[in-house]
Amino acid sequence: MTKYILKRILYLFLTLFIIASITFFLMKLLPGTPFTNQNRLSHEQLAIVKAQYGLDQPVLIQYLRYMGGLFQGNLGTSFQFNNEPVTQLIGQRLAPSMQIGAQAMIVGTVLGILLGAFAAIRKNTWVDTLATFISILGLSIPSFVLAVLLQFYLAFKWHIYPVALWDNFQSSVLPTLALAALPLGNVARFMRTEMVDVMSSDYIELAKSKGNSSWQVVTKHALRNSLIPVVTIIGPMAVSVMTGSMVVENIFSIPGIGEQFVKSITTNDYPTIMGLTIFYSFLLILVILIVDILYGFIDPRIRLGNGGKE
Amino acid sequence: MEQTPQIPKEKFKMIHEDDNQEQEKIGTPSLTYLQDVRRRLLSNKVATVCMVLLSIIVLISVFAPIVAPHNPNEQKVEYANLPPKIGEANIPGFNGMQKRGGKVVNAYKEVGAPKGTTYLLGTDYLGRDLLSRIIYGTRLSLIVAILATLVDLIIGLPYGIISGWKGGRTDIVLQRIIEIISSIPNLIVVILMMIILKPGLASIVIAIALTDWVTMARLIRAQTFQLKEQEYILAARTLGESSTKIATKHLIPNLSSTIIIQTMFTIPNAIFFEAFLSFIGIGIPAPNASLGTLLSDGQKAFRFLPYQMWAPAIVLSIIMIATNLLGDGLRDAFDPQSSD
Amino acid sequence: MEKILDVKNLHVNFATYNGTVQAIRGVDFHLNSGETLAIVGESGSGKSITVRSILQLLAKNSDIPEGQILYHGDDLLQKSDKEMDAIRGDKIAMIFQDPMTSLDPTMPIGKQVAEPLLIHHKVSKKEAMDRAEEVLRLVGIPNPKARMKDYPHQFSGGQRQRIVIAIAIVDYPEILIADEPTTALDVTVQAQIIDLLKELQEKIGTSIIFITHDLGVVAGIADRVAVMYAGKFVEYGTVDEIFYNPQHPYTWGLLDSMPTLDTSEQDHLNSIPGTPPNLLNPPKGDAFAPRNSYAMEIDEEEQPPFFKVSKTHYAATWLLHPDAPKVTPPESIQKRFEKFQALKSGGSVK
Repeated sequence: MTKYILKRILYLFLTLFIIASITFFLMKLLPGTPFTNQNRLSHEQLAIVKAQYGLDQPVLIQYLRYMGGLFQGNLGTSFQFNNEPVTQLIGQRLAPSMQIGAQAMIVGTVLGILLGAFAAIRKNTWVDTLATFISILGLSIPSFVLAVLLQFYLAFKWHIYPVALWDNFQSSVLPTLALAALPLGNVARFMRTEMVDVMSSDYIELAKSKGNSSWQVVTKHALRNSLIPVVTIIGPMAVSVMTGSMVVENIFSIPGIGEQFVKSITTNDYPTIMGLTIFYSFLLILVILIVDILYGFIDPRIRLGNGGKE
Repeated sequence: MEQTPQIPKEKFKMIHEDDNQEQEKIGTPSLTYLQDVRRRLLSNKVATVCMVLLSIIVLISVFAPIVAPHNPNEQKVEYANLPPKIGEANIPGFNGMQKRGGKVVNAYKEVGAPKGTTYLLGTDYLGRDLLSRIIYGTRLSLIVAILATLVDLIIGLPYGIISGWKGGRTDIVLQRIIEIISSIPNLIVVILMMIILKPGLASIVIAIALTDWVTMARLIRAQTFQLKEQEYILAARTLGESSTKIATKHLIPNLSSTIIIQTMFTIPNAIFFEAFLSFIGIGIPAPNASLGTLLSDGQKAFRFLPYQMWAPAIVLSIIMIATNLLGDGLRDAFDPQSSD
Repeated sequence: MEKILDVKNLHVNFATYNGTVQAIRGVDFHLNSGETLAIVGESGSGKSITVRSILQLLAKNSDIPEGQILYHGDDLLQKSDKEMDAIRGDKIAMIFQDPMTSLDPTMPIGKQVAEPLLIHHKVSKKEAMDRAEEVLRLVGIPNPKARMKDYPHQFSGGQRQRIVIAIAIVDYPEILIADEPTTALDVTVQAQIIDLLKELQEKIGTSIIFITHDLGVVAGIADRVAVMYAGKFVEYGTVDEIFYNPQHPYTWGLLDSMPTLDTSEQDHLNSIPGTPPNLLNPPKGDAFAPRNSYAMEIDEEEQPPFFKVSKTHYAATWLLHPDAPKVTPPESIQKRFEKFQALKSGGSVK
């Protein structure tokens, strides 16, 4: 297991290295300079600015420098935003994004599991239909549409929550709800499929034949067996929450990295775009790695290695 | 049980003295796989409704120039932000009335529009007819989705087949590439592509297809792996059929269900990405509208003119819901085990 | 001998897309205390459904329109869910066909074996686990104490079936239903499992209903045999009666398709032509008639009642009607009749 984890961590860095290189060269392919839309600089000024950012060097040198910086945890310096280092920019803005992201994941996953489980137990009844309907809505309605609707009704019309503000927990409720819809829908649907499968398995029949009541069959056997695979979709869920977060943060004016990313795009702030791309990829790979390791610990069939005589 | 029933003697005549080979026949008529799929799909009411709904939406989009009541890009600034109005009927929300400064007024009269001027879904901030813009926007979104799905197939299908069929080293290399691509969040790839390419329809299609093909390729690969070991494929190989022939004659027909189902899930995904990009302002450039740009415009005015947001939001949601449900229906129809 | 289970005129229907399938069409049988009853038939004949209806473990689209299942005189079909829960696993337990899929893959096996005890009795976890360990030893799991914490995938197929059996017998059930417990196993393991069941029956004195499609297995374990076809019993009797004095043409067919020690290389095994009837529209007469080369006109018109062959032996075939013509059974069956005569006059069979 330790060897496996070490190998995975090595892959993580390898993948990150490749991603960073690809991003770097893609950015170099861009036409024009990032300063073209700033207050027209004279030729000399432009040269000074370029030198300041090291952009007068050959591309290869720039690349080596960038990668060297990356190795020390330096993601470069923003062209905009007072020339702040990108790392610092991310550091300042990470907390709000993490908070709404984590809240949305927890709310979405827990509700999704409950919804999916009830749908499976009451398969082909109105409960199932209702749960399927809710999960399809969650899956289908884009988070930014939901965010705007929530903002309009719960904040603007009925004044239950602040419209666009970032201070206390209250202000995180609406963005959390908007982001939770997708994981809720996905988890509910996945959970239902898994559980329907499990409920029709031989070992559930055996559990019934032992004298377990329907409720005991679910709590003692069906739930655990259906929950284990749900862990596998947490990674992809985290990614879609991250994606949704970019616009949702914008809509609710939350000072997070998603909002920053969108802002960098509209202002052509390449170092920030690059830095955030690498950072997002890092988060994603890390989440998937953690989930995989977690899965190994939860599922006895993987935890113990397939040492059984199959 | 102990009593012997009285039976006429002639009833004890033997039949079947001859051998009875005809008994090997199967009594009930058998359905072909596709007939069975169709039966299952049509017996699924939700999927049928979605199919009808989507067909209507597609038809409206195809015939947009005929169906749309106005030119979607024609600006009439004097008619800006008119609320929805359906003829002279007095339906709340669709009667051309608007709250202005605490008073409800007839917005159409205020701007001096001649009698009979109606905008079914109102107008936007430049006085463009919202309904026409939505019809054209849907058309554009669907074009993006269908093109992206096609490109997706063109890359993903051969990639998946080759990876699954060749196996070994080729497979390992191809899979590593997929792993790296899929470890960058889709949206970031799309955004990077959008920054590098010129904004426009083609860029969006390429950007979306570039990320989406990975899922397709993965599914196709897994399926190919399974099919490869099937007896009829082994037989074809033993008989010396060429790889291309096996791929087109045996593999692709058997992959069709996977392809159709995955396509049904790629389309809403592409629509979502397009809307997303347009929403944050790097999608379809003005003056053309897609559902995403309409949403983004609507959101800006949402607080005071909610109808401008509602209409595109509802249309987008309906398309997403219907394609997702139809995808579910198709999956159940192709693979009955997945539902029961 | 006491009848502990008495099934009367059992009917089971399934609602399907194509209509109602009449899977069980009037089955009567009883189980005596301490005996082993084997139910034999080809797949789809309704053996599994018959025994699953005893424990009411049928699919949701099933319906039992008629019949009684009397357990010590109480009709199980009238019991509430809660009352049935109290019977399952405690009074009547079941062994399933496929040991690879019958165990919960995410629960240690010790806990799975102890579970029935914890459900039905007020025992401490420790007591239940101790008992589970004892039973695991009884079914032949080596070093049970250490292996209690292992998961199903760490055991071989045969060992897993032993664990499934341990779960079934941990609460010393009065009736043990074994649904093809050896079908999924290797031949050598099959014999071990049969021996284990016999040994356990002696030790804990349980009655067994043993379902199989394999007549060869039956001879080794059963006291009485019931032959099932298309949702009905066609013949039942003691093992000797069914093996050496079969009366129903379907039983003949079954026995004829089974190799015996006497089968030489020149002999070929016969198969029964055709397929079982579609139970969506069961035939009016004898369901076996279309495949039966001894069929008579009456077979197509009326279902045969059971004719008594001996006190313990009954067969549902018109051939036993006094007015029916005398037919010559297949050669291999005639040989069996000869052995039956020898058996009756005190000789040994093999």
